[in-house]
Amino acid sequence: MSKEEYRIVKGQVMVPYELALGRTWSEFYDYLKEEKIMGKKCGKCSRVLVPPRSFCPRCFEDMDEWVEVSQEGVVETWVYVNMPFFAQEIKIPFISAQIRLDGSDTGFIHQVAGIDLSDFDSVRETVKLGGRVKAVWSKEKKGNILDIAYFEPVK
Amino acid sequence: MGKAVAIIGTGQTKHGRRSDVCYPDLVKEAVSAALMDAGITLKDIDGVVLGTMPSMMEGVSSTHFYFAEAMGAVGKPVMKVETCGSTGQSIGHCGFFWVASGMADIVLVVGSEKMSEGDGQATMTTVFDPFFQRTFAAGAPGVFTMQSMEWMYRFKIPEEKGREAAAMISVSNHDNAMDNPYAHIRTRVTMDDVKNARVITYPVRLLDVCPASDGACAVVFASERTAKKICKKPAWIKGLGFRGEEFFYGESDKAIWMSATEAAKEAYQQAGIRNPMKQLDVAELYNPFTYQEMIFYECFGFCPRGEAPDYVLKGAFKKGGQLPCCPSGGTLCTNPIGATGLIRLAEAALQVTGKAGARQVEGAKLALSHAMGGVDQFNAVTILGSKL
Ligand SMILES: [Zn+2]
Repeated sequence: MSKEEYRIVKGQVMVPYELALGRTWSEFYDYLKEEKIMGKKCGKCSRVLVPPRSFCPRCFEDMDEWVEVSQEGVVETWVYVNMPFFAQEIKIPFISAQIRLDGSDTGFIHQVAGIDLSDFDSVRETVKLGGRVKAVWSKEKKGNILDIAYFEPVK
Repeated sequence: MGKAVAIIGTGQTKHGRRSDVCYPDLVKEAVSAALMDAGITLKDIDGVVLGTMPSMMEGVSSTHFYFAEAMGAVGKPVMKVETCGSTGQSIGHCGFFWVASGMADIVLVVGSEKMSEGDGQATMTTVFDPFFQRTFAAGAPGVFTMQSMEWMYRFKIPEEKGREAAAMISVSNHDNAMDNPYAHIRTRVTMDDVKNARVITYPVRLLDVCPASDGACAVVFASERTAKKICKKPAWIKGLGFRGEEFFYGESDKAIWMSATEAAKEAYQQAGIRNPMKQLDVAELYNPFTYQEMIFYECFGFCPRGEAPDYVLKGAFKKGGQLPCCPSGGTLCTNPIGATGLIRLAEAALQVTGKAGARQVEGAKLALSHAMGGVDQFNAVTILGSKL
């Protein structure tokens, strides 16, 4: 028997999950339904975090204060994705971006869209590091991160 | 630092697409090679440490059960450690901790992956949180590209200059892999090949990105007394550092990258290294992406922030340069993820003991090895020396 004849067997594992959001993240998604982007402010270091956290990752203090942040922000970095990945919800091509919303102290990961994404060279002319973008809301709210449909460049 | 610890043997499989063996047999291949290199048998081993990527990678959970026989772990204490890409360094650290504590005399450390059997990027996607960021993940390329773009923007590195330096890194890693009989990708590439390769996530192209490999690596750690008794040329562990960051991408500054910077700083302090560029003879960085390799140069103090492309273009990190990096061809040419960080350690051990064959850096006495894991979250560094 030659090496090429050794057999390969197909396999698959499928596991359903039920994941608890907990209080802080449940409330965050409730606010999204009202088209508000809310962060949590740390009483100790005063940082405003989006996504919010039940406790400050650096101070280890509970974070009780909700603060509304702006729906506009600055693109800190971005990537043009034109390769399909397993179980990807968003159709390619799309743009993943790290956005610093005004009034927050962290980069928020979402997508930049609302422009013609088919031609990369034209995308580069529109989407810039340091450029400003603003949130566009989904009409139907499902209680997930795509309740913000996308961020679009501010003209 | 605990008691002195040495590496007395290393073993690697031939890496690549290894459909000729089942997964446990692949592990056995590396373990047998390491035992032979150390001149010991299974009886001499007091404990075994295993590391791999998450179970989704090959669809078998908790592989220290699956590999018990292949690692010679029957009747011995076994532990498994996972830190994603930095796993290989983390398990090396565990081997060190175990022997340095005095609780074991000889410890076998094994890292492995068989990436051809699953979907590596799908597995990486499950490392992202399920509620906020996973939706926008584009595997490892997406994250590393975002980081590289941020770094170039922060330090005002012109796109063409970054492109040129990254291409040079790809060419020299591919050249180096030609000298490494274990490497997965062994083909020469030109600057034009790299610059014209298919775009993966702009500006990152196919030849800026590592392959998905099958492979295993095993390393034998021993106490000072045993190392001196049974090993002619031990590689001594001079220092080690590990740092983690916050989980959510965007919360910490990846252009400066605290975890990489501080992990190296801690290892340098233990090893008495003040000027890494002068004192180190060779470095085996974890470089799955050409652009990211430059960020590591800066974090590890090889050059000032924002100047890595200048150093690369001057040839500082090439074979024969001021500080040769990845003479093995690096992660860029071979990436069986759970094994990769341990391969860096094994390659550093080969270098400081003069056993690296065609990829030997002449007279290397002090070497850095490194790995990075998660969504740019963890970094680990281990320094090896030829003298205790
Ligand atoms: Zn705080």
